[in-house]
Amino acid sequence: MVKIKYFLKGFISIKGADSPAIALFASFVAIGALFKNIGLNIQESIFSTLLTYALPGSLIMAESLIVGASLLNIFLAVWLVNARLYPMTISLFPLLTHKSQPRLKYYLACHFIAVSAWLIMKKNYKSVERKYRLDFWIGVGAANLLVAVSATAFGFFIAEYLNKDMTIGLAIVNPVYFICVMVGAMKTIQMSLAVILGSLFGIVFYFVSPEWCILLGGFTAGTFAFFIGESNGT
Amino acid sequence: MALNIVLAILVTSLATYISRFLGVITSKKIKETSKIFRWFNCLAYSTLSALLARIIIFPAGALAEVDYLTRFIVVFICLMMFLISKKNFVYPTVLSALLLAFLSSNF
Repeated sequence: MVKIKYFLKGFISIKGADSPAIALFASFVAIGALFKNIGLNIQESIFSTLLTYALPGSLIMAESLIVGASLLNIFLAVWLVNARLYPMTISLFPLLTHKSQPRLKYYLACHFIAVSAWLIMKKNYKSVERKYRLDFWIGVGAANLLVAVSATAFGFFIAEYLNKDMTIGLAIVNPVYFICVMVGAMKTIQMSLAVILGSLFGIVFYFVSPEWCILLGGFTAGTFAFFIGESNGT
Repeated sequence: MALNIVLAILVTSLATYISRFLGVITSKKIKETSKIFRWFNCLAYSTLSALLARIIIFPAGALAEVDYLTRFIVVFICLMMFLISKKNFVYPTVLSALLLAFLSSNF
C-alpha cells in the first residue's frame, strides 16, 4: 500500500515557488474550453484528462475529432507525440526502485509521468528515503493530476467567457514555462547540448516528417549530446 | 457519451500509456549510475526540447492563430525576464499570457 506520510509530502510539494502548477492549470483550462467547443460533454472532458494526462496528446485528439481522423491515425499520431514519455520514465524510475515495493505499483504509478510531476520529482528525490520514493512520487503525481482535472472542468465551464485572445494567451503559458525550465537545466555541457540541439533538430526534422520530428530530432540530439558530454567529462 | 468520442479518448490514453509502461519495463534493468541512464536522461531533455520547439515554431490549435514572429517575440521577452529575475518562474509565465493576449488582440 501507499505510505500516507510520504504520499502527503509529495502531494504538497506542488506548492513550491517554482512549481509547474500555474502553467499546468492554464494549459488545461485551455484544453477544457477546447473540449467544450468541439462538442465533448463534461464527463468526456474529465475522463479524457484523467486517463490521458498528457497535453500534446489531448490536443492531437481534439484536432483529430474535428477533422474526423480514423482511430488508427489518432493512435499513431498520439503515440508519436507522447513517445517522449518513454525516455522520461527511464530517466526517472531507476531513482525510485526499491525491493520492498510491489511491481504492480510501478505499473500504476507510471501513469503520473508527465513533464510537470517529472520535474518536481527530479528536483526532490534526493531528499526522500529511497524506500519511500515511490510513495512520494504517487503523491506528486496525484496532486498534478488533480490540478489538471480541476483545470479541465473549470475551462469547460468558463469556455463561453473566454474570447480568442484569452485562449491564445493561455496556450502560450505552458511552453514558456517549460522553455524556462529547459534553460534552467542547462548546467552541464551534456544538458546544454541536449536542450539546444533538441530544439534545433526538432525543427530540422519537421521538414523531413512533421509526425516523426520530435522522436527523430530528440533521439539524434540526445545521442550527440550524450557522446560529446561523455568525452568532455560531463 | 458519443461512442466515437469515448473510443477516441480510450485510444489516446492507450497510445500515451504504452510509452510509460514500456519505460517501466526497460528501467527495471537500468542502474542510476550507468551510462545508459545518462543517455536516456539526455534523450528525455532533448525530446522535450524538440517538442517545445515544434509547439512554438509549428504550433497546433490556438497558437497557430498568431504569426510566428509574435510568438517568437513573446518567448524571447519571457526568457529574458526569466534570466533577469534570477530564474523566477512565475513572472515569465504570467507575463507570457498577458503579452500574447495583448499582441494578438491589437496587431
